[in-house]
Amino acid sequence: MKRTVFPNRWLPYLLVLPQMLVTIAFFFWPAGKSLYLSVFKSPPFGGRDVFIGLDNFVALLTDRDYYDSVLNSFVFAAGVTGLSVVGGLLIAVLANQKIRGLAFYRTALLWPYGIAPAVAGIIFLFIFHPAYGILPYFLSFVTTYEFNWLLKGWVAMALVILATSWTHLGYNIAFFLAGLQAIPTSVMEAANVDGAGAVRKFTAIIVPLISPVTFYLVVVNMVFAFFNSFGVIHAVTHGGPGNATEIMVFKLWKDGFVGLNLGSSAAQSVILMAVVIGLTMLQFRFAEKKVTY
Amino acid sequence: MLPFTSRGLQAVALVVAVVALPGVAVARTEISWWHAMTGALGDAVDAQVKQFNESQNDYEIKPVRKGTYPETLTAAIAAYRQKNPPHIVQVFEVGTQTMMLSGAVYPVWELMRDNEIKIDWNDFIKPVVGYYTKDGKLYSMPYNSSTPIFYYNRDAFKKAGLDPEKPPRTWPEVEAYARKIIAAGGAKCGFSTGWPSWTMVENMHATHDQPFASRHNGFDAVDGVELLINREFGQKHIGALAAWQKDNVYSYGGRQGTADPKFVNGDCAMYIQSSAVISGFSKSIKFDWGTGELPHWGAPYKKATSIIGGATLWVLKGKPAAEYKGVARFLEFLAKPEQQMWWHVNTGYLAISNTAVRNLEQGYHFVKNPKQYTAFAQLTGLPPTPPAAMKDAKKTAPPKPERVTTPNSQGLRLGNFVQIRDIIESELENIFGGKKSVKQGLDEAVAKSNALLKEFAATYRP
Repeated sequence: MKRTVFPNRWLPYLLVLPQMLVTIAFFFWPAGKSLYLSVFKSPPFGGRDVFIGLDNFVALLTDRDYYDSVLNSFVFAAGVTGLSVVGGLLIAVLANQKIRGLAFYRTALLWPYGIAPAVAGIIFLFIFHPAYGILPYFLSFVTTYEFNWLLKGWVAMALVILATSWTHLGYNIAFFLAGLQAIPTSVMEAANVDGAGAVRKFTAIIVPLISPVTFYLVVVNMVFAFFNSFGVIHAVTHGGPGNATEIMVFKLWKDGFVGLNLGSSAAQSVILMAVVIGLTMLQFRFAEKKVTY
Repeated sequence: MLPFTSRGLQAVALVVAVVALPGVAVARTEISWWHAMTGALGDAVDAQVKQFNESQNDYEIKPVRKGTYPETLTAAIAAYRQKNPPHIVQVFEVGTQTMMLSGAVYPVWELMRDNEIKIDWNDFIKPVVGYYTKDGKLYSMPYNSSTPIFYYNRDAFKKAGLDPEKPPRTWPEVEAYARKIIAAGGAKCGFSTGWPSWTMVENMHATHDQPFASRHNGFDAVDGVELLINREFGQKHIGALAAWQKDNVYSYGGRQGTADPKFVNGDCAMYIQSSAVISGFSKSIKFDWGTGELPHWGAPYKKATSIIGGATLWVLKGKPAAEYKGVARFLEFLAKPEQQMWWHVNTGYLAISNTAVRNLEQGYHFVKNPKQYTAFAQLTGLPPTPPAAMKDAKKTAPPKPERVTTPNSQGLRLGNFVQIRDIIESELENIFGGKKSVKQGLDEAVAKSNALLKEFAATYRP
């Protein structure tokens, strides 16, 4: 890489200043504020902030419900990442073939990504709701098992994973399509000449060659599942039944904005941030070694 | 040249008009009011505000919808912390204790005293005013109040050979009716519930004269309050629901109003939900339906009045003193019997002054709309059927109260109540879903809630 040397000492700082300002205003300042709030106990309307050190963290780390929400988050993130990355890859491979109406399919596949998570949640609510959903109605003809996610935790979890994966599928497909297009045709032609079947080509050529894309998507999807999945949970299950779908970001919101416990909510956001930073670092340390650029 | 000059004149005239316009508006002091009323209720708020704004020239109420109840409260808190709160904010009943102890509130009794406005609060229905009164003084202005009542599908009753004019009045009757209706194909499930904690735990304890929490349901103190819902009565009632859930006598339908469709589309023949949905149900339900009082377990429990839900208007501190006169005038306006009547007729929320209720009776309102009478009767303890009319009522003896009002049925005043409700509803789901036994679930709900109550007391301890 070529190193640029600026003649003026201050120019480089001036050039990065806008970026720094944005980062400070929208990242460091709020994050710092969270950190500050997390060591205080304060009544909702303020006035009497009491410094309590790490008590908010201690309270969380000795609360079984909090561990439940951490576990839920990991199950949820693993489910969403697995489903939307694998699903996205399979659909992208299909959409990469030369078929009639290709342009339309490719565009249509991106649509779900344009739907806000909350709206996606509402859509799934209308399809799956035990009281007025269309799917339970049809299912009642084939099975007597009630997929009542208002009371069955695993059904609720499966439902929010499905809904969230669906909203993120389009994004993954777009990236995989780009990755697939970048695979040199000469490699694929060579494989054809060697008589490789579709499965063989997929496992021996496509998967390794798009591993950078896959790696990127796994990281992004995971972060998305941890942070950005609030809308679906809020619209569909509200964390229930019991606390079966209460993931960390939802509990954080609930304790802060409904329960008005800002200190605990801030502490939770600090922990969540640490978890996601930690996970991302782990992925870069270990998974990236398996990626061929 | 002439057209040019005339255009110039027009411009000058325009500038004068624009400058003069705000001058007119400034004469009216703006009073901001943040609320959480959506849809038809939001329209009713706007219409009521319009009546007030047109009734005088000094003040202009500006209502702003801020989302759900929790969102409205959070927005008001954020604004208060930024030192720019609205004058008035609508807060749901579970936020009462938080508001009372916030130090951010200009209590209504004080506001009225300071502005020399006299309102006869004794004319207001006690269970409503009592919920928001401390040491005999009213802290917030009751606005939209409701109470849970019983709804039933008359068509399903007829199909099962039951008297469509006689809703069940006891829980054993509810069970027997449910089984008959399911057997006769009148509905798939017996009954469902909205707002599970409010209808099935809070109000069941109140109507059976059972304490929900210690220290007089939290009215007497902030310290040392503990939940009592895992005692004999709580276990009996929730145990019955859990058992009924297994064979569809009861069918859990989620929190808040998510179970409404179960009743509206005919799946469940009976339903327990806020009296405030009557007007909505009148529009959406296609079959013949009626209302009744909340079922009771009978002796040895006393039959007591139910408790309210809904929201009140809180006046926040931090505005220029002169503007509070307008706030006081607006609250005085809302307390007028004709406004109470208007609000009741247009929204289905309760008319909460006795004068308003008497006026409605004289206008045969309850005779024409008996469903609207159920909640009023249940809150005041009167029999659930409306008196024929005032004229006829004079000849007969006044109706004898069927329910007593006790300290247990006055209301609930708990800190962190929003989370406590959430905990109770989570544990109910665990119980109904079979994940926990009745005792386990209720014990857990109590333990978790007690921790929150303790934390709340610690936050506000002087």
